[in-house]
Amino acid sequence: MAKVLMKGNEAIGEAAIRAGCLNYFAYPITPQSEVAEYLAKRMPEVGGMFLQGESEVAVGYMLFGASACGERVFTTSSSPGISLMSEAISYIAAAQCPVVFVNIMRGGPGLGGILPSQADYSQSVKGGGHGDYKLLVMAPASVQEAVEMVTEAFVLAEKYRNPVMILGDGLIGQMMEPVEFPEKVAAKPSDKSEWATTGMDTRKSDKRNLVKTLFLDPEELNRHNLMLKEKYKKMEAEEVRYSTYNTDGDYKAVIASYGTMSRVCKTAIDMLKKEGIEVCMIRPQTLFPFPEVAIRKAVEKKSCKLAISIEMNMGQMVEDIQRSVSGIVPVKWYGKCGGEIPTPEETAEAVKKYLNNEE
Amino acid sequence: MQSEVMFAGFGGQGILLSGKILAQTAMDQGFEVAWVPSYGPEMRGGTAYCTVVISDEPIGSPIIKNPAHLVAMNRPSLEKFAGIVKPKGVILINASLIPIRSGRDDIDELIVQTTEIASEIGNIRAANIVALASFIARSRIVDFDIFRECVKKEFSKKPKLIPLNMKAVDKGKLAANFDV
Repeated sequence: MAKVLMKGNEAIGEAAIRAGCLNYFAYPITPQSEVAEYLAKRMPEVGGMFLQGESEVAVGYMLFGASACGERVFTTSSSPGISLMSEAISYIAAAQCPVVFVNIMRGGPGLGGILPSQADYSQSVKGGGHGDYKLLVMAPASVQEAVEMVTEAFVLAEKYRNPVMILGDGLIGQMMEPVEFPEKVAAKPSDKSEWATTGMDTRKSDKRNLVKTLFLDPEELNRHNLMLKEKYKKMEAEEVRYSTYNTDGDYKAVIASYGTMSRVCKTAIDMLKKEGIEVCMIRPQTLFPFPEVAIRKAVEKKSCKLAISIEMNMGQMVEDIQRSVSGIVPVKWYGKCGGEIPTPEETAEAVKKYLNNEE
Repeated sequence: MQSEVMFAGFGGQGILLSGKILAQTAMDQGFEVAWVPSYGPEMRGGTAYCTVVISDEPIGSPIIKNPAHLVAMNRPSLEKFAGIVKPKGVILINASLIPIRSGRDDIDELIVQTTEIASEIGNIRAANIVALASFIARSRIVDFDIFRECVKKEFSKKPKLIPLNMKAVDKGKLAANFDV
């Protein structure tokens, strides 16, 4: 298919349809409302369903219900909306239902602002809802990558029977870039007959499927949680995705950055190179599982003096980088958290300052 | 090579659409593009601006501190952004609404009476296309014929508007060659 120029939000909606998802429940909120606008028109054209919930709380449970019935389903929202859904996300993770969530982040806390932000890193990676659970979290840095991740998210959600979160900042939703969609549905539907409540007549066995999250027997709950833990360990072993930039030379610092911010960093690295300062970047494409090994290996290079987390929040990824580098180099932070995206010039300047202090 | 154009004006002047048509043209010509809007709690009559990044290689930062060119459709936009344009860039000034000039001698100042031209051809709402055509003709940032096709494509769902916009394209181009 030829390239088309599309807004990130619209491309995400189209990508879900191309991935064979015909159920979309959502509630409008800036800066992701165009997904709902686009799919309100597009879903009926392909025989799909868009239902606007009365709130994000309701949407969360619509997703749970549809997914428990074996339907491929997804939603999009922005930060405060994801907070409202977080209770349901915990239930969905506990019940092992495959649901795809897209969070086009805006500034927080509270109502915050509507401009780009990455302040929901911890909410997505460390929990958000109650209980021991993990989401598989993907962070696109372009409209094209958002499309590819949406497709992959459905595959991974069903492979692990786990919710997947696509974490994009406001700009990923608002920006227009050329995109190419996969020709055919890339995400084949998985066999759900073992667990989904699809109705007895659709199955060969006469075993009743039950989707539940209540385990009153402590041993049973312990077993259930350990089984979830095994699943998360498998994700850590098999699903880490990242890309690298300028890692060949004798760099002085490793930047870790994701989403739109990582593109600013890429340009900043090019600017620094012109001044004779070598800096590299590891860009996590999955935030959970986190590219620990890649970051650790990168800081082990002798020339490397420090690691810098560059993100549009107060440094939520710093602790994950610290965990990865286990004390080999200090970990710093640069970013803004009001909705303004740092320019490449500002970013390069911040990196230089840290390097000067180190010497 | 990378180039960036900032479009700025009032909400309702077709700022975002101008940027989109330029981005579409550049994409059709085979360039990498990114269209970055200023989205905020805006309203009709409030400020609107967007930046289009055009490059022959994958685009790094879509956030630009100093654009190569500026299309200023109202006075506050010119006052705010004239100073950040890179030297040798084009600054288009919509003289219908802007009585002042950029005050820079290291850029190419293009002065166009967009509203008057648009109203001569029958609809002042085509002022943004007049400005865009002028800008493209002067800056040569994209191929003019591909641009003309993109304008047609943009209005393909409202074919009645195509002749008007084709006139806007031609008049805009003329204005670029004969500005005072």
